Amino acid sequence: MKSGLTRRISAGIALASFGILVTVSASIAFGRQAAGPAKAKQFHAALLEVPAKDRARPNPMEGEADSVAAGGKLFEQHCAECHGKKAEGTRRAPSLLRQEVQQATPGAIFWVLTNGVVRRGMPVWSKLPEPERWQIVTFVKSLKAGQSSNPGAESNSEIR
Amino acid sequence: MDARRFVFDIVANRLQYGLRLLLLLALGLLGAPRVRAQESPYIVTYDHYLEEPGNLEVEYYSTFGTQRGGNDFHAFWAEFEYGVKAWWTTELYFDGQSTFNQSTIFTGFRWENRFRPLAREHFINPVIYVEYEQITEADKIVKEVEGHDVASDHAVPNADANRTLNHELEFKLLLSRQVKGWNFAVNPLATKNLLPSAPWEFGYALGASRPLALRASVKQCNFCRENFILGVEMYGGLGDTRSPGLHETSHYLAPVSAWNLPSGWTLRLSPGFGLNDNSHGFLLRWGVSREISGFGEMLGRMFGGRR
Repeated sequence: MKSGLTRRISAGIALASFGILVTVSASIAFGRQAAGPAKAKQFHAALLEVPAKDRARPNPMEGEADSVAAGGKLFEQHCAECHGKKAEGTRRAPSLLRQEVQQATPGAIFWVLTNGVVRRGMPVWSKLPEPERWQIVTFVKSLKAGQSSNPGAESNSEIR
Repeated sequence: MDARRFVFDIVANRLQYGLRLLLLLALGLLGAPRVRAQESPYIVTYDHYLEEPGNLEVEYYSTFGTQRGGNDFHAFWAEFEYGVKAWWTTELYFDGQSTFNQSTIFTGFRWENRFRPLAREHFINPVIYVEYEQITEADKIVKEVEGHDVASDHAVPNADANRTLNHELEFKLLLSRQVKGWNFAVNPLATKNLLPSAPWEFGYALGASRPLALRASVKQCNFCRENFILGVEMYGGLGDTRSPGLHETSHYLAPVSAWNLPSGWTLRLSPGFGLNDNSHGFLLRWGVSREISGFGEMLGRMFGGRR
């Protein structure tokens, strides 16, 4: 009886492990298929989908001395793993130094941060309290457009 | 001889892959890029946030429970949570328990998947939760309470309870909302033992939580208020299709807390209290977790993928 139980548990574990492996492999494979500059453009296109009301929202943290530094800390903790330490873009997500982002209104960036671009791989970040999201927006807007973005990474940007 | 060699090669190959995976996990845990996860403090309740795509979160939880009419126990589980997509998280659990003066046993595994059907944030955000469980009657992690689960179920000696293996499917609708720094979550659930004669069982979990500070401070710090999230959760059973309602059900109320360290580790602590005589009097839970950023990519590279 007991050996039968052990056998069934082992078979179950093997099945589940196989399932996880297939899932992870599929994720990696589909991620590769989705790579390319076209997807990066789609990613930036999310900024154009922001409703006018949200686009017009002012940044309540703008001009606050500590906001850029605090936003930089939050960016390093939550965003840099995909967008790069200097927001220059990586294989996983595009550069935030590009004109599309730098010319976007703070409200538009806040909206994209809050809602994510879920179908193209960016998770929602509404779990960060609203003031923290505005701090990140302040930091992103403090980066200058045209700073050395990573063109190689941009073209390979893997949006899952 | 050739056949033996062939089998040996296959085994050696599998072992090599297994060792690589273990090495990757160890390296990931110790040397993964520093990513501070903003983890919720809930232990039973789920909010609508999924794992970031490509990241693996490794978690360990303990539950100490008092037992009326039996020996107290320490149940524990390990979780491996992987973000497949921004809208899909998959998770594997391994459960075990020690009942004092009896034995320590492995009680089974669970495979959970969470899907986010809506692309954007809404007034209430739904996530669909589907889990397959293969656990014995001796499982005591109390990760959810359903049907007519009561504390006395856990008084059965390990040697007897561990003989019965259950195959179950569990469905939850995770509803959650973020407002002014607060998270509110409601999780109705339905479970079906795959035996044809078994009824559907129902349960619920509710939670509310908030960080101690809503703004980040400028400096990197372990003890900044924004790193701490406090809240409360409540969960219990709602009967089954044969006998719905609150009679012969158990319910718990538990303050919850999480400490998200800048180093990427998260610690959770939650004392839980039974709300009626069918519940365990006291459940003390704690957990530790670490997020490994870019695990999917690391895995791809390690197993010969493109750079």
